[in-house]
This record gives sequence, C-alpha cells and structure tokens, in this order.
Amino acid sequence: MYVAVKGGERAIGNAHAWLDETRRGDPALPELSVQQVEQQLGLAVDRVMAEGSCHDRGLAALAVKQAKGDLIEAAFLLRAYRTTLARFGTSEPVETGAMRIQRRISATYKDLPGGQVLGPTFDYTHRLLDFALAAEREAVPPAAEAEADPTPMPRVTELLAREGLMRREPADTTEPPDLTREPMRFPTSRAGWLQALARGDEGFLLGLGYSTQRGYGNSHPFAGEIRMGEVTVEFTPPELGFAIELGEITVTECQMVNQFAGSKSEPPQFTRGYGLVFGHGERKAMAMALVDRGLRAEELGEPAEAPAQSQEFVLYHCDNVEATGFVEHLKLPHYVDFQSELEKIRTLRKGGGA
Amino acid sequence: MIEQGYNFGYLDENTKRMIRRALLKAVALPGYQVPFGSREMPLPYGWGTGGIQLTASVIGPDDTLKVIDQGADDTTNAVSIRRFFHRVTGVATTERTAEATIIQTRHRVPEATLGEHQILVYQVPMPEPLFRLEPRVAETRRMHALADYGLMHVKLYEDIARHGAVTTSYNYPVMVNQRYLMSPSPIPAFDNPKLDRMPALQLFGAGREKRLYAVPPYTPVRSLDFEDHPFVPVRADAACVICGSRASYLDELIVDDGGTRHFVCSDTDYCASRPPLQEDAA
Repeated sequence: MYVAVKGGERAIGNAHAWLDETRRGDPALPELSVQQVEQQLGLAVDRVMAEGSCHDRGLAALAVKQAKGDLIEAAFLLRAYRTTLARFGTSEPVETGAMRIQRRISATYKDLPGGQVLGPTFDYTHRLLDFALAAEREAVPPAAEAEADPTPMPRVTELLAREGLMRREPADTTEPPDLTREPMRFPTSRAGWLQALARGDEGFLLGLGYSTQRGYGNSHPFAGEIRMGEVTVEFTPPELGFAIELGEITVTECQMVNQFAGSKSEPPQFTRGYGLVFGHGERKAMAMALVDRGLRAEELGEPAEAPAQSQEFVLYHCDNVEATGFVEHLKLPHYVDFQSELEKIRTLRKGGGA
Repeated sequence: MIEQGYNFGYLDENTKRMIRRALLKAVALPGYQVPFGSREMPLPYGWGTGGIQLTASVIGPDDTLKVIDQGADDTTNAVSIRRFFHRVTGVATTERTAEATIIQTRHRVPEATLGEHQILVYQVPMPEPLFRLEPRVAETRRMHALADYGLMHVKLYEDIARHGAVTTSYNYPVMVNQRYLMSPSPIPAFDNPKLDRMPALQLFGAGREKRLYAVPPYTPVRSLDFEDHPFVPVRADAACVICGSRASYLDELIVDDGGTRHFVCSDTDYCASRPPLQEDAA
C-alpha cells in the first residue's frame, strides 16, 4: 500500500547507492577522470560554467561527472556550491577589445582590420560520424600554427558607430545590480537582464532568439562580430588602490547588428544586441544577443508584443535551475491538494454548491 | 554528526541576518510579500528552498524541528529536509507536533492547535495569490499597493454563477488583517480556518520567486467569500480507517483493482496519538 512511503529514509539511501553504481557503469572499464572530462568534453564544461555562473573548469568538470553528463543537473550542483563561497569584491570590467583572439568572424564585412580568424570551429565540418574516433587513436597530429597577428582588432560595431550609423549605447554609470544577491525587480536595467541571460538556459534562449528571426519581434539581425579568446580579469583590492591581474578566462562575445527605423528624435540607424558567455559558447552568445535586442524594444520605442520582448516572460523563465526545480517538483506528493480537488469535483458533479 | 565545512544552518550569518531583516518587515506588514535575496540551496527550487532558508535563519541549537509534507513526517521530501537540517545544525528533530518549536510544512497545517512558543514555516511555490489572473509581477505589486482585489472577487463570483460554488479547493485566497490578499500556500481550504488568530508565528518562504511573508500571532485571517455564499471548508465525508477520526483531513487510498477506497488521516502524528479504531461521532 502506497501510504506516505514508510521507510522513506532507507529507500532514499538505497536509491542513491544505486545511482552511484550506475554512474560508475561497467567496472571492467576504466573510470572517467575529472581531468578527462575537463579536457575532452570541454564544451560541456563551458556550458556548465556559464549556466552555473561560476568560472572553474575543474569544479564544472566534477559536476559533469557527478551528474552523469546531465548538464542542467551539473549547473545546479555548481550553483549550489557557488552560494557557499565568500564574496570578496567585484572585478574590473573585462576588456574584450583587448582579447587574445582564438576566433573572430564578422558576417557583415568580407575583410576588416585584424581579419577573419576561424579558430577551432564545427562550422564547415561535414556532420558525418567519424568512425575513426570510435577506435582509440594514436597521437593527434598538431594543427598548423601561425604567428599571432599583432594588429589590433577593432569592434565592427565601433567602426559603424564612428560613421554615425550605429547607435551609441547610452552611458550607464550606475552600480549594476547583482541578481545572485538581490531579487530582480521589474522593469530591470539592461545590466540586470544581461546578467540573467548570461546564466540563462542555452536551449531556452536559442528558441527565443530563433522566434525573433521568424517574425515574433522581428529585429533583422546580422552577426556583426563573434569573437572568442582569452581576456584578463583584474581586481582592485581596497588596500592597494590599483588593479592587479587575477588571471585569464576564456569568453565568447557576440555583437549583433540590427536595423532600427528611427524615431522622432533619432535618424534611422543600426542598433546592437549583445551576448557574452564563459568559455566557448557561440550558440548561446548569439541567442543571447538576439534576445537582448528583443528586450530593448521598449527603450527603442518599438511595439513590444512578442514573447522575446517581454522582460518578465524572458527573465522569469530563462533560468534552468529554477525551471527544472519547479517542473520536477511535480514529482513530489500532491495527494492532499488532489484530494481536495476530488471532493470538490464530486460535489460540483452532484450539482450542489458547497 | 554535523556536516563539517558549513556554517550552522548552512547559510552564512550575513545571509541569515538579511533574511531575518526581511522577516521583521514581513511581520510588521502581515500578508505583504517582501522580496529577499533568496540563495541557491543544495535542494532544488520548488522542493522547499524558501521554507528551508527561513527555517535556517530562525533556528537555534535549542530548537526542536519537525518537518512534514502532506501532513506526514515520513514522506520522502520531509525525510530529506529533516535530514538536511540534522546534518547542518545537529538540532533535535521530532515527529510530535507538541514537542516541536519549529515546524516546516508543505501543503498542510497540523491538526493540533499550535502554541505561542511555536513557529510554523510554510513552503510556498507561488506567493502571488493573483498569479493565475494576472501573471505580470509588476502589475500585481501595483494591485496590492492599491488593495485592488476586484479581479479575485469577480473570479469567485463567476465560479458561483457558473458552478454554484467556488471551485478553488486548495491554495484558497485569504485576506490578512483586512489589508493584504495572501496565498496560504497550497494547503487544502479545509486548513484555512486554522490560520485565523493562530497563537503561533506563521512564516511563508518562496525561494524560487524570492519572496517571503508572515502572519504574526493572533492576526485575523479571513478566507474570501460572500455574505450569501459563505466559505465552506471541505473534507471527505468519511472516517479514518486507522483512528476513526471524522474531524481530521483525510487522504484517499485506492486499495485494490476494484477501486475500493479507504481514507486515512493526512496528519500522521495526529492519527498516531489517538487510540486506534474508535469511531467518534463528531
């Protein structure tokens, strides 16, 4: 009889022991090391760092292993760990203009200062299963290397802005909110929503970004520039008073160039949508940039009717740790409420008010 | 065994202080939803993170904790939360309602009358009582500010006009201290009258939605109704097969393939503390 699951404590213990066993898999095979996950499943690690909003490849790889490859579960593990960490300050803004580039492409100019750098990309691979990978390979031959090009790489959007064709971003000197410390209030600032999008679910943002391309909040985007590489993180300790380098992180940045019809006070020009994520996360950065532009509809005096243009809709639902918790809580017992519904519907069917 | 490497109650002291400040505001404004910097917990959102954070903020080494889900101490999530607090605080836990100083609950109010020395902490999924009628939080905040609750009254009126009765059977909206419309959390409407002028402090935590609210002791809490259609708490018209109670809230069990139904008390401590199988006449 399924009565309130007597012996719940032992059942939970047994379930978790079984989970541990299935995680290990066939004991005849060597166990996956965290270093292997970190090195060979790097994009999974990047996604978990982004959605877990914690830059630590080792911890993210551990989370991927512990979660048996369930990346949302892994992001949740990383977030729960992240909350326990002391916060000792805020870094200086990272300068993505000074990024040490691994990849930089523009879809709006055939050539531009700094050039097009493809970098390590799936683009233009033929998606044919590579059976050679199924067998253990001998050492992979190193890819061809060239000297790093010292030419500074100006941002495409800046080139347009100098010509007056790209709307300048309004300067915002207010302290950005921290959504991990304060609840989000609506309407929230762009800094606030960019934070939420940066840790938002890749799949959800992909779908929303896609919807803006299919007419739900049309924003006519061009991938002005996508760049991926290393940036320096600097921190100013109050006792020193000047910035010191903490280290380097890899980030992906996307600047979308979008049409803007202009308004009473502004001529027709281009506007931007912005995406920035930890690691190599191009799809996520692009989707984020599309949604960012969608959320700017109100600021730009455009009708805001599509889902991707609604702050509350996008920002309340893009967090996959919140979403997965609430969706999956439906697994918890609800028999008290269901019982009250049963009695109510029986009463209503008897045709009597109660 | 207390878990090493974590602060008492898991949250750090500054976070607990932040939550207690928000709780003081909530107590000062009964039924008002106070936004707070809800943290990520090691249990999933929607599984009681709001209640857990409130309990963690008010619990001390001398407290005795009881955790129930669906009225029962031995449901899996109640077991999990009780074990969590045992790991991170080492406090005494109990299944006896009368012995507890803090009771964290999901979906039920205990049958026993609570006292002034007790705190009842509710886990809340959706703190906004109006969310099914108006999903935009910015808009519902405005409605609360203006005490503009016409939308809810119209909903209840339409229920009565179409079905002869209010169709809400749980999470039934209440008016707190004649000012704020409040969700009592998804407790059955049967439990609503227990909130009214309860001697214990009632705290409500919604972690995912980052809101908390409170009903201080002896605060009037009225379930919304109309003069000609008064509020009626509903329970199954049956007796518990274990203790025979006709006064407590019952769970319905299907016990065979023929669909035979039995009813048992949802509050396991209430049921266990009564002499078995004595049909009462209440």
